[in-house]
Amino acid sequence: MSRLLSVEGLTTRFPLAGVHVPIVDESTFAIDRGEVLALVGESGCGKSMTALSIMRLVPKPGRIHSGRVELLGRDLLGLSVTEMRAVRGGRISMIFQEPMTSLNPVMRCGDQVVEAIRLHDEVSRKDALARCRELFVQVGIPDPDARLRAYPHQLSGGLKQRVMIAMALSTRPELLIADEPTTALDVTIQAQILRQLLELRREIGMSILLITHDLGIVNELADRVAVMYAGRIIEQGERTDVLGRALHPYTQGLLRSMPALATPGRRLPEIPGVVPSPAEWPMGCRFATRCQLAEDRCRREVPGATARSDNHVASCHAVEEGRAQAPAGGEPEGAAR
Amino acid sequence: MLAYVIRRMAYGVIVVLGVLFFLFLLFFTVTSPDDVARKALGERVPEAVVEQWKVNHGYDKPLFPEPGAWTDNMLVEHYRRMLTFDFGRSDADDTPIADRLRAGVGPSLALTVPLFTFSLLASIPLALLVALFRDTYIDRMGVVLCVLAMSVSILLYIIGAQYLIGRLLHWFPISGFDADPRVVVRFLALPLLVGLVAGIGGDVRFYRTVFIEESNTDFVRTARAKGCGEARIMGRHVLRNSLIPILTQVVLAIPFLFTGSLLLESFFGIPGLGAITVDAINGNDFSVLRTMVYIGSLLFVGGQILTDLSYGLVDPRVRLE
Repeated sequence: MSRLLSVEGLTTRFPLAGVHVPIVDESTFAIDRGEVLALVGESGCGKSMTALSIMRLVPKPGRIHSGRVELLGRDLLGLSVTEMRAVRGGRISMIFQEPMTSLNPVMRCGDQVVEAIRLHDEVSRKDALARCRELFVQVGIPDPDARLRAYPHQLSGGLKQRVMIAMALSTRPELLIADEPTTALDVTIQAQILRQLLELRREIGMSILLITHDLGIVNELADRVAVMYAGRIIEQGERTDVLGRALHPYTQGLLRSMPALATPGRRLPEIPGVVPSPAEWPMGCRFATRCQLAEDRCRREVPGATARSDNHVASCHAVEEGRAQAPAGGEPEGAAR
Repeated sequence: MLAYVIRRMAYGVIVVLGVLFFLFLLFFTVTSPDDVARKALGERVPEAVVEQWKVNHGYDKPLFPEPGAWTDNMLVEHYRRMLTFDFGRSDADDTPIADRLRAGVGPSLALTVPLFTFSLLASIPLALLVALFRDTYIDRMGVVLCVLAMSVSILLYIIGAQYLIGRLLHWFPISGFDADPRVVVRFLALPLLVGLVAGIGGDVRFYRTVFIEESNTDFVRTARAKGCGEARIMGRHVLRNSLIPILTQVVLAIPFLFTGSLLLESFFGIPGLGAITVDAINGNDFSVLRTMVYIGSLLFVGGQILTDLSYGLVDPRVRLE
């Protein structure tokens, strides 16, 4: 598979009480064509900010400080504003966590998708509307003609997210960034939407950067997984490796705390402590404050990436020194996809 | 929709009836007809003259309903007159109030309608521009200028403009009015300019706040993510959504175009309803004042209904039922 997007040393900083805090700190990962990469982590760990950095939509006063974001070898961070606008919604599309508020309340759904189409393709309004109708059918919106004319408040949350997906797919992007696309939806709708996304990926052949904190969803959808903690990617690799043979103590802890894997009647294991706020991040490994394996070196030095295989790396001194716990099995092998 | 309008108007009638009652308390009991007569005639006139004045002006009935005068009293008379728009005569100079209102509305509108229109045409694009450049030095300069413009009293603008432009530069007359539309333009230039400058700071700042609030919404992020440019976002997504808070302010102002501007009219010698009101206050002309307050309340109630109806036009989520 060929490389579509490669992110190298991406750092996005926010001023916080006079100090520039790297909310995304030296992130490095890549997505191949047609691949689904899941970016996993707790709320506030920098997942969404990573996505917004790729789109160059970091809200003020945040700023991308350094790094490279290459789409097919071209660094997006070096593009002019106009060039970047052609990438946004054209080659990289994004859908958001909040379908309820992500559509313009005073514009008809059809018009909003038509706008997206006509921003990137020179087609007549009529043709764009016809394409929009096709897209609505494709993403499973029943009664598409009525929905074209409907205002967002007349649709359910699931339908709104489908409109968002239709809008995102309208220009056949090479990469879809889905930032917690189903978090705000009912469980039954979640499954439908996710299945739809996978199908659409196959039809269109696009790659997906899926941002989520739901390991169940990761297991169902992802080809590869990157785990983020406090602004840093601490482990990444093939889904089966990261979920099945997790190296990093944090990933292991996450997997152990999944209800599906717990022993009935026993208290669900948890990672002790809470995620430190950006102002309190330790200077060494950010997980050191909660890690049972933490030693002096962990608190002082930022761990480098240790590769267990070509495709599976973790940033942890314990892994590097070989004193980590045996790769912890999260997911039963060959779990149904 | 029709049912909604009728219901709102019914509520409006109740409000107006309440306003009329308070007007009665203020203008008839707090200040009794005797006080009004003495103010008009002077303190040292004989009782008989005061009584005669009260008869002439229709103030000679008992204030409240009482045995023998259940309908023939001031309270009922007050309601009857106001509700039939029979405003009677001025306490000060005996002219029919209706005539004065008719004469004053034209000059008032000649000032307020252009002022309202130019203010909107200037402040909304300016606010959009400032909001487009938010967090840059253009925005900061804009806000500083707005606050400066707001901080200066309108009286200073009036006197300053009259002195500088009227007296020193002789560009426009200092004050006055003319019925001829070709001449009146020259008279209106100064008050229009002063009104614009005095109001624009606050307006731009208000609209800027609304626009910036709207540009921090999720759907604006969506628009950016699909490749919209900032100018298009402002013009298409932000402006349309901002209309809802803006209408509250703008539509409510429309009815009051009729009542003119108190300060501008009296300082620039424009014989509009604003000047009439100020004269009535200065001259203890209670019947004129009463009429102006009543008309103001009618316009306010009407403006409120108009505002709510306008929401239905700009916001598809609002259903008037």
